Amino acid sequence: MTSRTTTLNPGGIASSGRGRLGDRAFRWAVAAGGITVLLILALMIGSTTLDALPVFSSQGIVDFLTGITWDPGVSRTEITGTYQAGVFMFGTLVTSLLAITLALPLSIAIALFLSDVAGPRVARPLAYLVELLAAIPSVVYGLWGLHFFAPTVLKPVAKFLSETLGFIPIFEGPVVAFNPFYAGVVLAIMILPIITAIVHEIFRAAPAAERQAAYALGATRWEVMWQVVVPRSRPGIVGATMLGLGRALGETIAIALLIGGGTTINISLFQQGESIAAKIVNTFQESAPEAIDALIALGVTLFAITIVINMAARLIVRRLGDLSGEAIS
Amino acid sequence: MTRIDSRPLAGIALAGSLLVAACGGGAAPSPATQPPGSMAHLEATLLGAGATFPDPVYQEWIGAFRTAEPGVRITYEPIGSGGGVQQFIEQTTDFGGSDAFMKDDEITAALDARACDAVLHIPTVFGAVAVAYNLAGVDGLVLDSDTLAKIFLGTITKWNDAAIQALNAGLSLPDEDIIVAHRSDGSGTTSIFTTYLDHESSDWSSQVGKGKEVSWPSGVGGQGNDGVAAAISQNDGGLGYVELSYAIENGLPVARLVNDDGNAIEPTLESTAAAADGISIPDDLRFNILDVGGDGYPIAGATWILASTCGYDTAKADALKAFIRWGLEQGDSIAEELLYAPIGDVLQQKALANVDRINEQG
Repeated sequence: MTSRTTTLNPGGIASSGRGRLGDRAFRWAVAAGGITVLLILALMIGSTTLDALPVFSSQGIVDFLTGITWDPGVSRTEITGTYQAGVFMFGTLVTSLLAITLALPLSIAIALFLSDVAGPRVARPLAYLVELLAAIPSVVYGLWGLHFFAPTVLKPVAKFLSETLGFIPIFEGPVVAFNPFYAGVVLAIMILPIITAIVHEIFRAAPAAERQAAYALGATRWEVMWQVVVPRSRPGIVGATMLGLGRALGETIAIALLIGGGTTINISLFQQGESIAAKIVNTFQESAPEAIDALIALGVTLFAITIVINMAARLIVRRLGDLSGEAIS
Repeated sequence: MTRIDSRPLAGIALAGSLLVAACGGGAAPSPATQPPGSMAHLEATLLGAGATFPDPVYQEWIGAFRTAEPGVRITYEPIGSGGGVQQFIEQTTDFGGSDAFMKDDEITAALDARACDAVLHIPTVFGAVAVAYNLAGVDGLVLDSDTLAKIFLGTITKWNDAAIQALNAGLSLPDEDIIVAHRSDGSGTTSIFTTYLDHESSDWSSQVGKGKEVSWPSGVGGQGNDGVAAAISQNDGGLGYVELSYAIENGLPVARLVNDDGNAIEPTLESTAAAADGISIPDDLRFNILDVGGDGYPIAGATWILASTCGYDTAKADALKAFIRWGLEQGDSIAEELLYAPIGDVLQQKALANVDRINEQG
């Protein structure tokens, strides 16, 4: 009964002492949430970097980042192996870039179709289906790729590309059983729903007035999409891309199943490679303590790569924001 | 439905167990369900962790042992040999499981942590590594260590290479590329395979070496037996190595390998068990299976349970001894059903001697 009277008198909440207490408690609660994030992050960076430090110092940062030899030792107490991340960094970047290159145009196309072409009766269930793709666990994507998609769909494509465009180094044959091309394409399918969902929201947020103004000036639907909707959404598209890229950089199991466990850098997409996350998941279980530290060093490296890419993305978004602001005013 | 049905059943089961308990003193227990030398029922909870390779056997052994000793609860977690050794050293588990015997510095660390005299290696079953291939129209391929090393080094690249043809006079081998597949994850299977190549081929030992993961000079990596098998079966001309049990279960064509006595041996449970017949085994039971002759298949290895001579309370020690003893003496048929080779009588006696030493220091 009391609560009912309170709701009937909203002014009373603000003026009562209890309301102020609630305000303060709420403030502390959310602040604690924020601080927790910082604490977890600090703990994680601190402890992993600490574990990785002996590896960085024994190998040398530059050698660790640029070398291509990974020869783990078996000691419990000291670093006896050679640990260099070049092959895995290369594999991570190649698969992620391939995935973004394939997923981004397709995502924009799907999002435009959903927001500007399809009617709501088609768009709603389709948007739901795209989001459903995001709910499939990555190991399922990996196994599906391993046993069905790669051998029946991607293998003929790869064979065709290597036979017709084999003179381009990245398409050079032979096509081996598992390779960064397979991993990258499956990765593209995995990040497609994330990018599509965000870009779709952004397109929907484009003011109807601008669209209608463009139509009133005689623009075709195509011109409205490409000259009104897409340009004003550019910062959002970049943001969505970065989110997809972040997912791609960190993806583990699907890549581990499909990339081919290579031990050297191969420029060709059709020859075996290895990514940072796949290397970690493949070997941590059977590694000696010193090699586990080296795998943690790989993790720190991946974290650093993600930060660099994120900062670059922020810069780009800010630039684009400024540009579009100028264009409008 | 289930709830209603289960009540009378539970009642019968309870009555049955009371009956058994009542007659326990007089009735002769059937040898299959009663661990020898333990008339008193044991009560303990045991935790083990380690190698994934023997996990199916250990789980079945645990289940079967439970019917004999309902008071003993055993959990085995297949976290990998590396983790198994680590947790055993840190004493977070009662026993470890490993496909590789512990190195000296690992033993030192384990003994330092416990102030014990010895870490006990107890071999339980043998595994073998089969070389599977996929070549249309070719059946009964024979390989030897030298050709195998050259194939994985990438110096033999074609199926009709003179070295392969010389071993397979009766087969017509195609002028096709060999698509080599290996494990991309760290694995005891890789360790057994590369230990064999490292021992047999000087080129291999100078260029690659041995271990759970190595820098493969050629070939594509698949994750797990499944990944390697996929790489082989999806590509005409594929060749790779997998666990024998996996190859048998999935009916993959496997190569016969020439052993030290010049016999081309097909990988089977019998030839795996025969592999350890002629080898000399050190007292601490840390051994590799190398230089296999006779009817033995040359690429094989043991898996071990790790325990120590001190640090258990009596109930745990008795339960652990009874369990491992049961597995070694009565677990052979379970192991064979699951496609693991039993370790044979001679080694079994040595293993049992180590079982007796568990907790001997109290």
